[in-house]
Amino acid sequence: MNVTAGHGASVRIECCGKTFADGTRALESATLDIARGETLVLLGPSGCGKTTMLRIIAGLELPDPGGKILFDDKDVTSVAIERRNVGMVFQSYALFPNMTVADNIAYGLKIRGVGKNERAVRVAELVALTNITGLENRRIDQLSGGQRQRVALARAVAIRPRILLLDEPLTALDAALRDRLRGELNRLLRALGITTIYVTHDQAEAMELGDRIVVMRKGEIAQIGTPREIYFTPQNRFVAEFIGAANIIEAPIERGDLVLPGGRQPTGGDASQPGAVAMIRPESIAIRSGFRSRQMRFVSCLRRTESQCHLAQFTLRRFRISISSLRVRWPMAASTRQRRWSAASRR
Amino acid sequence: MRDRLIFAGQLLFTIGVAAFLVVPVVLSISAGVTVNYFRGISSGVTLQWVAQVWNLYYDTILLSFLIAFATLVVTLGIGVPAAYALHTRGGRLSRLIEETITLPIAIPGLAIALALLLTYGGFRSFRTSWLFILTGHVIFTMPFMVRSVMAVFATIDVKTLDEGAASLGASPARRFLDVIVPNAAPGILAGALMVVTLSLGEFNLTWMLHTPLTKTLPIGLADSYASMRLEVASAYTLIFFIMIIPLLVAMQMLADQGARK
Repeated sequence: MNVTAGHGASVRIECCGKTFADGTRALESATLDIARGETLVLLGPSGCGKTTMLRIIAGLELPDPGGKILFDDKDVTSVAIERRNVGMVFQSYALFPNMTVADNIAYGLKIRGVGKNERAVRVAELVALTNITGLENRRIDQLSGGQRQRVALARAVAIRPRILLLDEPLTALDAALRDRLRGELNRLLRALGITTIYVTHDQAEAMELGDRIVVMRKGEIAQIGTPREIYFTPQNRFVAEFIGAANIIEAPIERGDLVLPGGRQPTGGDASQPGAVAMIRPESIAIRSGFRSRQMRFVSCLRRTESQCHLAQFTLRRFRISISSLRVRWPMAASTRQRRWSAASRR
Repeated sequence: MRDRLIFAGQLLFTIGVAAFLVVPVVLSISAGVTVNYFRGISSGVTLQWVAQVWNLYYDTILLSFLIAFATLVVTLGIGVPAAYALHTRGGRLSRLIEETITLPIAIPGLAIALALLLTYGGFRSFRTSWLFILTGHVIFTMPFMVRSVMAVFATIDVKTLDEGAASLGASPARRFLDVIVPNAAPGILAGALMVVTLSLGEFNLTWMLHTPLTKTLPIGLADSYASMRLEVASAYTLIFFIMIIPLLVAMQMLADQGARK
């Protein structure tokens, strides 16, 4: 697996904004550091500027004047993409229909003047690495979506790039395949150890693949943090609502306590405000016996690191509380408890 | 029963229309190989008229092919990169240039020729060389090349392919030759055949631009119709046919191939 290991560059994005010729402001000035070998995910809804940022890093777009891109502390802002030595996987894969799978993978090496025999060896390595053995002589239009995705990845990695850039590489696939390839991709990226920047709008992908996640909104960075930080301590309402399921409750503050429908909870932060917005994850709510049916108590229990993809194993139940509804994660296995509490829950 | 009647009716109509178009062609060809047209085919079949035409006009035929080939080279060399640039740049200026290139389809060839004569007629050596006709042909055929290449560009994602190749380290020239041109090949081929066919058959423009020493096939044709006996003129048509038909067939086959893809 030691195909490109230890071959990554650090990336620094300095004050990079982007205004297109028609005046659209796609990206507000942003500064961001990406460590050598790190996998950074740019996450956000469509039109949030994540692809623009990736394209600026790739060299496909120029940042607005004043913006700089540094690879290993070297300014590459004015260097064209073909000389940046980055590997890129496009959303539509951009495979060359006029070449076979093997020729596609070898193209970057051919450009670099690598000899025929060496190219063949490298192609064989990558074909094995990406599980597409036997497809070398196929034409691109003879491949399935998942196979194309693998070829695109193999082609991008073949040139031993310093930085690997992936623009929504799994979006074009169906859900089941996407889940499988996500796991494969994760193992592959870990094995390669290249600096990776991954753009997606899918939070499950971001949670599984990212060392750090940059949540973006309307051209601005909403929060940067590890998947755990983003999930459990979102810095604003947008991040809280965009990642996972969240119960957002607007509540007044009285004597330093947040007054919630079910009881009081000490505020973590500024208590001088008249009110606050509280967020509680459905899985952080436990339902206990001993209370009357409509009395709900908030019991904070931010204990477990659970990525979003496991949410499918749980049931989300909505409970009416006095001012809004509350979603609670309900474990499938606890069917006996479910029966016991079905009376209390009053769905 | 009713269906069969309708079918028979349609078949008869189609045959009738086809015959209406084909009979003149057959008559013209047969006239070219008849010893004496007024006495009919019974006077005997001969290739003497064809030989006579070849002897009289082989230089115009050769010049026609030279011009057609040169037109092709120029339209390929300029038209394909131009189509690429127009497609990737986009914007209002590109639209404007595209329309300008297309204009010669709508403007009568005579008007283009007149404009060329007014502008460059004074440059004697240029005016009297075959390059003058080449210029006219390039202006006339360029839209067909550019349009047909752009049509293919519209069906493939040129921008992404280009960016894909760039991300692998290919220079703009390499990208163009390795990725863009091969993937636009059906359009380029269709455009090329159209350019050659149009150039070989072009009359309007060429008639205005030619000199006695720079005559092309269709000009020679008009010449022979005007001044030779009918058998010779018909033999000329026959030669023209033999040259142009394979091109048309090849064009049709390419179009079919493109449609199957």
